[in-house]
Amino acid sequence: MMHGGGFGGGMGGGSMGGGGMGRMGRRLGMDDEGELGSVYNHRVVTRLLSYVLPHKGLAIMSLLTMLVTTFTIVAQPWIIKLAIDELVDTGEQVNAGEQATVGALAFVMVLFAVNMGVRFVSNYMYQVSLARVSQGVLYSLRTRIFGHLQRLSPSFYDRNEVGRIMSRGQNDVNQLQEFLNLVVSSLADVLSLGGIVIALFLLDVQLALITLTVIPVLIGIMLIWQKIAWGTFMRVRQAISVVNANLQENISGIRVVQSLNREETNMERFDEVNNGHLEANLHASRLSAALMPTVEILTAIAIGLVVIFGGRQAINGTMEVSVIVAFVLYVQRFFDPIRNLTMQYTQFQRAMTSGVRIFGLLDTPVEVKDKEDAVDLPPVKGAITLEGIRFHYVPEIEVVKGIDLTIQPGETVAFVGQTGAGKTTLVALLNRFYDVTEGRITIDGYDIRDVTQDSLARQTAMVLQEPFLFSGSISENIAYNKTNASHDEVVAAAKTVGAHDFITKMPDGYDTLLKERGQNLSVGQRQLLSFARALIADPAILILDEATANIDSYSESVIQRAMTEVFHGRTSIVIAHRLSTIRNADKIVMLEHGEILEQGTHSELMNADGAYAKLYNTYFADAALAQIPTEAAPEG
Amino acid sequence: MFIRILGMAWRHPRHMVAAYVALIGSSAFALMVPRLLGTAVDEVLGGTEFNAMLKLAGLILLVNALRGVFAYGQTYLSEWTGQLVAYDMRNAIFGKLQRLSFSYHDERQTGDQMSRATADVEAIRNFVQGGLLRAVQILMLVFGAAGLLFMTNWRLALIGLAFVPIVAYRSAVVSLSLRQIWNYVLKTTGKMTTVMQENLSGVRVVRAFGAQEYEVEKFDVVIKDLSESHIRVSRIQVANSSFIQLVFAAATGGIIWFGGQEIVNGRLTPGELTQFIFYLGIIQGPVRMSGMIINNFSRALSAGQRIFEVVDAPSPVQELPDATVMPRVRGHVKFENVSFAYGDEPVLRDVSLEAQPGQVVALLGMPGSGKTTVVHLIPRFYEASEGKITLDGTDIRDVTLESLRSNVGIAMQDVFLFSATIADNIAYGKPGSTREDVERASRIAQLHDYVADLPDGYETWVGERGITLSGGQRQRLAIARTILLDPPILVLDDSTSSIDAGTEHLLRLALESVMKGRTTFVIAHRLSTVRHADQILVLDNGSIAEKGTHNELVQQKGLYRQLYELQLLPDEPTIDKTIDKLTARSQKGEARS
Ligand SMILES: Nc1ncnc2c1ncn2[C@@H]1O[C@H](COP(=O)(O)OP(=O)(O)OP(=O)(O)O)[C@@H](O)[C@H]1O
Ligand SMILES: Nc1ncnc2c1ncn2[C@@H]1O[C@H](COP(=O)(O)OP(=O)(O)OP(=O)(O)O)[C@@H](O)[C@H]1O
Ligand SMILES: [Mg+2]
Repeated sequence: MMHGGGFGGGMGGGSMGGGGMGRMGRRLGMDDEGELGSVYNHRVVTRLLSYVLPHKGLAIMSLLTMLVTTFTIVAQPWIIKLAIDELVDTGEQVNAGEQATVGALAFVMVLFAVNMGVRFVSNYMYQVSLARVSQGVLYSLRTRIFGHLQRLSPSFYDRNEVGRIMSRGQNDVNQLQEFLNLVVSSLADVLSLGGIVIALFLLDVQLALITLTVIPVLIGIMLIWQKIAWGTFMRVRQAISVVNANLQENISGIRVVQSLNREETNMERFDEVNNGHLEANLHASRLSAALMPTVEILTAIAIGLVVIFGGRQAINGTMEVSVIVAFVLYVQRFFDPIRNLTMQYTQFQRAMTSGVRIFGLLDTPVEVKDKEDAVDLPPVKGAITLEGIRFHYVPEIEVVKGIDLTIQPGETVAFVGQTGAGKTTLVALLNRFYDVTEGRITIDGYDIRDVTQDSLARQTAMVLQEPFLFSGSISENIAYNKTNASHDEVVAAAKTVGAHDFITKMPDGYDTLLKERGQNLSVGQRQLLSFARALIADPAILILDEATANIDSYSESVIQRAMTEVFHGRTSIVIAHRLSTIRNADKIVMLEHGEILEQGTHSELMNADGAYAKLYNTYFADAALAQIPTEAAPEG
Repeated sequence: MFIRILGMAWRHPRHMVAAYVALIGSSAFALMVPRLLGTAVDEVLGGTEFNAMLKLAGLILLVNALRGVFAYGQTYLSEWTGQLVAYDMRNAIFGKLQRLSFSYHDERQTGDQMSRATADVEAIRNFVQGGLLRAVQILMLVFGAAGLLFMTNWRLALIGLAFVPIVAYRSAVVSLSLRQIWNYVLKTTGKMTTVMQENLSGVRVVRAFGAQEYEVEKFDVVIKDLSESHIRVSRIQVANSSFIQLVFAAATGGIIWFGGQEIVNGRLTPGELTQFIFYLGIIQGPVRMSGMIINNFSRALSAGQRIFEVVDAPSPVQELPDATVMPRVRGHVKFENVSFAYGDEPVLRDVSLEAQPGQVVALLGMPGSGKTTVVHLIPRFYEASEGKITLDGTDIRDVTLESLRSNVGIAMQDVFLFSATIADNIAYGKPGSTREDVERASRIAQLHDYVADLPDGYETWVGERGITLSGGQRQRLAIARTILLDPPILVLDDSTSSIDAGTEHLLRLALESVMKGRTTFVIAHRLSTVRHADQILVLDNGSIAEKGTHNELVQQKGLYRQLYELQLLPDEPTIDKTIDKLTARSQKGEARS
């Protein structure tokens, strides 16, 4: 793992202006976007190779055809040289007035044609098999990453922004794919370089030596250039991630932006980062373009050398003209691979960094995971116990401070208490989104850490405080918890929560497509759908986290009536702030600051005249106060 | 489309022209080299002086150096142009997205919009920088070389250039089919982004239902499709570029073969033939690249289409050209027979209401009855399709959006927080607010005590969308953010649904001082919240079904009465007891003073 500059500067902190450093350092060691590391990282390469292995056949094929292609490319000037030899002979014969033919040339031309044909076929095969290998690798990398993301616990998502994880799954994966192509094409470059050098020496050792004197110079220049360019390219990468973060934030928060009149400020900020990106790029391109004239001039020097020395020998008659031509052709081809290789240097670094990040993500330990010997939770009756559980999100701040609670099968238990008391946290623990730091939670006697998460999830269903819907049809959303549900089941669930009426009124009924997060529904309607989604799988334990907060009491009472039939004999846990919702619960648990203050039925608690009674009275105090002027009117 | 992309580039005429000049220079010098080399070959064959050779070598060096300098200019300037175009486009997209009203964004996915502003812009930049200029260079080199070749030997030139039309034709055909695939690839990429993004944002839902496998399958279908499409693209592209190279090599072969004949016929010297071969060598690189350029081009066309879709989108809500600036209003809000529909189905039908300055208006109703819609019409997030809305008598369509919206502060039902510090989030609508202002707003929203207890206080980072806060904390943050704006019209859309009664009571007391002199719209389902309002409106299916004060509405046998029975009636005794207690307390208080 590379040391990371904390992502804050790059992605998250980009546009909100300062303040980014206040975050805790509990983030993944995901490196800064702009970080560039070494060109070669053994671990990354070996792991990447393991992804290539399944496509061994294609990979080998690609390498072989690449070899052939390179060979044909190197061979072409040679063939042209042969042709020129023939032509010069012919020219001399013509000059001498002899009978000239093109017979020998025909043979060379056949060679030429064969070379050409072979190259066509091999190049095609090479490129296509390469594309297939790299797409294959890309595919399995994506699958692996996505799969791992499915197993990482919610706490990972508390700390890492979706946009950032997305960039792992997309940009970095693309970088690695690019890298595969690069490796092969660089290999081709190196091979053709080698081939050309060999060809040069075969043609004429002395001239070859003279020509190659420019190489050390070129390499020297490249190395210096590389040093200078390094930081520049890093800045370019940072700049683009800042731009993207800014965009993402503004698009997803557009409603807030418009309602708070932030357009101007945001536009200015965006222009700033956009401009920064432009500057960084221009700076980089000034540098990278500088390579061009250097290479051109060096090529010219090499060609000049060939013309001078080769020319002298040719005049003296110790060298064929065709050799000079071939030399010039080779020299022209020589610099391309060298230039490619330098350009690819940064690309290599980038790919390595991406590789480090991707494998870093894949190696992120799953905090909540199944035990080795985890069993499937058998169908439960729904007895739940919490035994002395404690929990904190951030080390200093304990959110659950020792809670003991027993819930009988079939009971309806309500959690009430101030906001931030830890109600949502408790049900998250019950679902094993997080593991408790102390104590244990059992269901029908099974410690939830001893059973598989999957089997646990299948026995419980939850309506989350924030109703999240997927883009897709309404029926797909309702059937999310039971993908093989029939249409009738979907309709039944919708009817139970009273959503059927509004759904049928929509233009396409159950097939109406929801936009992102269900944006085209009212919030209460979203809540109804997420309610229906929880009901359809017929779970043994139902958890409702303020499931009816955005729904009026009348609609709520309709749901409750329908639910009592459907849900007879099941355990349910209800969190609500509207006390009328939970008045009839079998047990009301009053929480404060992560502790249980009191528990009992409504009338028990009212009689105890404790915290619950006080809350209850406050609840109605507003109503009461509103009545004072009109009814009791005790002058103030 | 192509013309428009050109147009974007032409916004920077100086850069463009300079780039083209540099390009012409570098191509011209490039064209001189083969001629020099050809001469060299003939001179060697003719057995000239060594000095002449030196001179030639020097010339080659000079010409190449000049070419290098121009090439530098060309590379740099074209990148500059490309980057400027990208810069312009990003700004244009960003600016447009900011101004497009809600109904535009309702229809679209964040991921898709993102990929337009990133990947698509990049595709255009690539094309402007590489394709647009390169294409001209290729044409120049090909035609330049052609001209020079024709001057030397037209028969050979014909053979040598026969490949040009073939290549051109093939390229046109290929670019058409590539464009279609690219369209598809871009769309599929967008889909992949969406699936992944939703999976990650909805991670708790996925976990709660153990739906990981289902999600993996969903993702698998998309990425499989994507990778197949990519393979298809490279198939076509590689076939095309291999073909171009093949044709090109054939041309070289043809030249050598027929050149041989010409030499036999004495119409050509070996030097001239060499020159031919070198010319072909010069255009070989560009020709090889033309396959790529065609690919770039096709991609840029698809990308351009997607970008201009955004840039050209008419905003559903528009300012009048002669819109005036609305001063700070007193808060008289009036709806006159307002109707509205998001799609075809009407959502509001003939709604009329009036709120006097300083009044509290409560809206109630079943899910989907149109409460949020009503309040979203006031700041013109959506445009009423019929009827008229006025603030202090001014039609809201006559004023600028900015001045209108600065008069209306809305705490939305669906709270969105930025991943930033608590302080930054509270001050979002008023950047540069002092810490005192932030704290004051946060105190009123009953958030201060919680924040003050945190180790980092107001500098605490809230995760994406406020994930590290509890539901009630998020809502209070949104209220604080709105209060800070000090708007004459305040809207609380179900902003206390996740707040317990105790805290809400405190919040209401604190707000009371703030609400003074402000018109407030409150949407809530708890009667304890709405009971004290000056006016209560019960919405049913998009129209106002009941209207009046609590006492008036309780008398009627409508929905309000039902809600009342469900929430309060069973506890009438409790209420009475509370009233007794409160009355006693206030009497005691009076006695004391
Ligand atoms: N993912 C998290 N990371 C860090 N802190 C968190 C996280 N989620 C919640 N908290 C904190 O833990 C405390 C308890 O939050 P929880 O969501 O359980 O409250 P709650 O009782 O459900 O409140 P509400 O009624 O407002 O929903 C709060 O102070 C909250 O800020
Ligand atoms: N962006 C949208 N696009 C299309 N239809 C919408 C959109 N927003 C709301 N609707 C529809 O308009 C109707 C009214 O919605 P609105 O949000 O005003 O309801 P509401 O009274 O606020 O309900 P809730 O109490 O659930 O918040 C609903 O039927 C809803 O499906
Ligand atoms: Mg609403």
